Amino acid sequence: MSIKEYRTASEARGGLIVVRDTPGVAFGDRVRITDERGETRDGQVIRAADDEVLILVFEGTDDLDLSGIWVRFLDQPVEIALSPELLGREFNGLGEPRDGRPPVLSNLRRAVGGSAINPAARTYPREFIQTGVSTIDGLNSLVRGQKLPIFSGSGLPHNRLAAQIVRQAKLKDEDSSFSIVFAAMGVSYADAKFFRDEFASSGVLRNVVMFVNLADDPPVERLTLPRTALTAAEYLAYELDRHVLVVMTDMTYYAEALREVATAKGDVPARKGYPGYLYSDLAEIYERCGRIHNRHGSITMVPVVSMPSDDITHPIPDLTGYITEGQIVLSRELHNQGIYPPVHISPSLSRLMKDGIGKDDTREDHPHVAAQLYALYARALETRNLASIIGADELSERDRRYLKFADDFDQAFVGQGESEDRSIEATLNLAWELMSKFPRDMLTRMSETELAKYYQGSA
Amino acid sequence: MTDTQRSGRVREINGPIVTIDLPGVRSGEQVKIGELGLIGEVISLSGEQAVVQTYESTDGVRPGEPAVGLGWPLSAELGPGLLGGIFDGVQRPLEKIAMESGDYIRRGLALPALDRTKQWDFEPNDALELGARVGPGTVLGTVQETATIVHKVLVPPNVQGELTELAPAGAYDIESTIAQVRDARSGTTQPGPSHRLSLYHRWPVRRPRPYAQRDDGISPLITGQRVIDSFFPQLKGGKGAVPGPFGAGKTVVQQQVARWSNADIVIYVGCGERGNELVDVLETFPQLEDPYTGRKLMEKTLLVANTSNMPVVAREASIYIGLTMAEYYRDMGYDVVMLADSTSRWAEALREVSGRLGQMPVEEGYPAYLASRLAAVYERAGRVETYGAGSGSVTLIGAVSPPGGDFSEPVTSHTKDIIETFWALSKELADARHYPSIDWVTSFSAHVHTAAEWWHEQVDPAWEPRRAQALGLLARDAELARIVNLVGPEALSDTQRWELEGASLVKEGVLQQSALDEVDTFCSPQKQFALLDLVLSIYDQGAELVELGVPVSELQNLPQLAKVRRCKSMYNSDQVDSIRSFAREVGEALEKIRLEYAKQNQAA
Ligand SMILES: Nc1ncnc2c1ncn2[C@@H]1O[C@H](COP(=O)(O)OP(=O)(O)O)[C@@H](O)[C@H]1O
Ligand SMILES: [Mg+2]
Repeated sequence: MSIKEYRTASEARGGLIVVRDTPGVAFGDRVRITDERGETRDGQVIRAADDEVLILVFEGTDDLDLSGIWVRFLDQPVEIALSPELLGREFNGLGEPRDGRPPVLSNLRRAVGGSAINPAARTYPREFIQTGVSTIDGLNSLVRGQKLPIFSGSGLPHNRLAAQIVRQAKLKDEDSSFSIVFAAMGVSYADAKFFRDEFASSGVLRNVVMFVNLADDPPVERLTLPRTALTAAEYLAYELDRHVLVVMTDMTYYAEALREVATAKGDVPARKGYPGYLYSDLAEIYERCGRIHNRHGSITMVPVVSMPSDDITHPIPDLTGYITEGQIVLSRELHNQGIYPPVHISPSLSRLMKDGIGKDDTREDHPHVAAQLYALYARALETRNLASIIGADELSERDRRYLKFADDFDQAFVGQGESEDRSIEATLNLAWELMSKFPRDMLTRMSETELAKYYQGSA
Repeated sequence: MTDTQRSGRVREINGPIVTIDLPGVRSGEQVKIGELGLIGEVISLSGEQAVVQTYESTDGVRPGEPAVGLGWPLSAELGPGLLGGIFDGVQRPLEKIAMESGDYIRRGLALPALDRTKQWDFEPNDALELGARVGPGTVLGTVQETATIVHKVLVPPNVQGELTELAPAGAYDIESTIAQVRDARSGTTQPGPSHRLSLYHRWPVRRPRPYAQRDDGISPLITGQRVIDSFFPQLKGGKGAVPGPFGAGKTVVQQQVARWSNADIVIYVGCGERGNELVDVLETFPQLEDPYTGRKLMEKTLLVANTSNMPVVAREASIYIGLTMAEYYRDMGYDVVMLADSTSRWAEALREVSGRLGQMPVEEGYPAYLASRLAAVYERAGRVETYGAGSGSVTLIGAVSPPGGDFSEPVTSHTKDIIETFWALSKELADARHYPSIDWVTSFSAHVHTAAEWWHEQVDPAWEPRRAQALGLLARDAELARIVNLVGPEALSDTQRWELEGASLVKEGVLQQSALDEVDTFCSPQKQFALLDLVLSIYDQGAELVELGVPVSELQNLPQLAKVRRCKSMYNSDQVDSIRSFAREVGEALEKIRLEYAKQNQAA
């Protein structure tokens, strides 16, 4: 197809340019703008009319001399070449190599935008993944095909936790490991290096595709990066029958890049300057995960979302939580006490846990153990709060038991080593050890049969 | 020629908003855009130009491509074959789409909602004779749509006249003629035009379907959920909202109502939410039994799905598609419940379109007409006298997803002004895994008195006082918790401690109800009252003992109290007698303590 090129740019304001006399340019088309020095900028058609188009210039319109530029309409969406050769490689947001090796060659190219999975074609995710982390496996279990983000804050060990999950994740009683798609958006060089080294040292590198956009790379590329990564993930899952674990970090930088572009376009902001469509935009990314009828592979997603000022009601974690199937929330308080991984269980949740655990999947007592631990811990936190107001000495015998439980729980159940890979049985046994410090009658979430089998206390 | 008149061209594309040149097109008319044939709807007109909102992404559409007017507004197909199905926001059948376009939804597919080839066994209405005057809602006959639901074939709302033909019993597809009606509206003696009626008709979804008269709700919608039925009841024909931050339990509440309510028909609209939540319904409902009919739940359920990753404009339409189907079954005399999860996503779709049109935003980017549109949507709920099938109702329950869990935001606050039942979900309760996390302080129901009449007649005359007593205990609990936080638990009197224990029994023994518990997921009204009565009788009896000087710890150590908390999961709705006999057992244990105390006191 012939490539259309124009010199008719007529107006520039706030990141936008108008180009006239451009019959038949498609809405959403990609645009490349070349200035007289030969430098290029990228853009996209955000309004197409008979006689003129409005183009959003991703790099902005500063220092752009309209009389000297060429505007080229590329007439094709961003595409990525797909082949098994992707594994072990590193790319940028447009799917171009970053590892100094030649581009992947393949006849199979696919637009990264993707389209919506038909809900009638999905299968409900139900296979328990053992991550070896007690707070996840025991209380917020992850299943194959789930999207379960880590909500974190600056300086918290979300990357270490994500890496631990990547290292340890496996189906119970099965060794088959995951293929990893790693998507880094706006992260520091050090963070990207951490993951690269991590994959190398755990020997999984051959099974990883990395897509990286660093903090000092063009922010616009951040908008296509997760889509490019997911297109690769879909290929691995649905065409090569792999079980794929997608780790994305950090969705907050993605959303900030989106806000930047939306502001340039003049879109009406909803909250904190983020456009009203942030929800749908994030959903386009997160909902690409799941299980599909008659496909062997699956896409499981663990995105990292850092909460600006540790605020879970900030639009980015908030809208993420409205889309994902739960969240693992890290706490600064636990982190400051030296507890790793500092998972705060109260606001953490796994929505898909219910069908992945229990008799045939983990152990028959698992659902009630999780409910009971949550109930005890909620009460224990109330007590801790009370103790901080009135002093621990004022507490009743019963309350002091709760207080002790809160501490033991944080230390022994939440806290574990970074390379400690606990089996689900070990996690559940640990839970019983803690619960058995309470009189049997207080464990009202457990059934009599479960108590008879697992309760270790005296009364 | 009409064809050339009806076709024009695309002038401008701005996301889902497309401006076209199409002389003669009408406001609200459906338009086919571009080579892909994307469907849209005219939202405003100026001269020869029309502004269209398209239901699918316009990426790749170019100015100059064709635009064709289809001649009708966004309409739903109404006829047998809807139940058990899943449709997208503009009523395309998603299962057929999957067969046609695979796992991903391709753009520009035009598939009708109803199967054209399926044969239905039609039974004509014996009471009708040829020559009879028929009008909107007259029942022409019936079709067994699913094993549970008899589909009444109605004369559409806009047809009236003399029945000149009625098909005999037999198998028909939905396009076959089953009746002819000669129009009689002209009022002259000359024969008017004839209407050919088949098993289905179309109805413009933005127009409420008419009925004979509106009635007040009279009976509660039983949901099998204690905190709802016993504390914040909804009526058949009522309108309600379930607001709450993410993870608080909105979807589970809605799905529980879909599963266990005593509605005849359930319409579940997944509006901008998760794909897997619809799959959950699709996979489990064909297996689950309706506690009222013993039949599979899917036989009375239909789904509308515009998941969060599907196009936004169709999200706005999905609510109207759902409502129109709900009204259609209502017109057959059924009690329909429609669940909309989430109305916030519908409102955001409005905001998205309004922003593209450059309309002035008023609050958080929402257009000024948000409140009136919301009210108009909820207004379509209600109990009515239908034209020809007696009384029917639509109950509408919408989830609301406030950003940051802030109930003062526009969608929540406007909704609150409109609805009658407010099930406010609390993050604190959800974090403590107290489910359903319906907050007893901020929730309300305007229907308690009406519901009470039903409860007093059907279950127990003590329902209303017991309900009030439980809420009173919960209020005391909150007050005492404040005191404890100031001065510590040691400052409480024994009476106050017993109040705390009573409230705790109400919370754990009655309010908490796990949707995942096989036994407790559904609780009949009789069992609901038995549990409430159990807990409050123990509280009352214990309070007397405390008055007599029995230490609270002695009561708290009563081994039966653990069972009181577990009772809900031990006995199902058919075992209410066991709960009652357990209540007697606890009563006797308490009585024994009283006697011992009396003896000791005498001895002293
Ligand atoms: N009644 C309930 N019983 C048991 N679990 C519940 C109940 N309500 C909510 N939950 C738990 O909370 C999770 C989130 O509920 P959901 O309805 O999806 O929240 P929301 O729609 O408000 O985001 C569920 O996946 C489930 O684990
Ligand atoms: Mg929900």
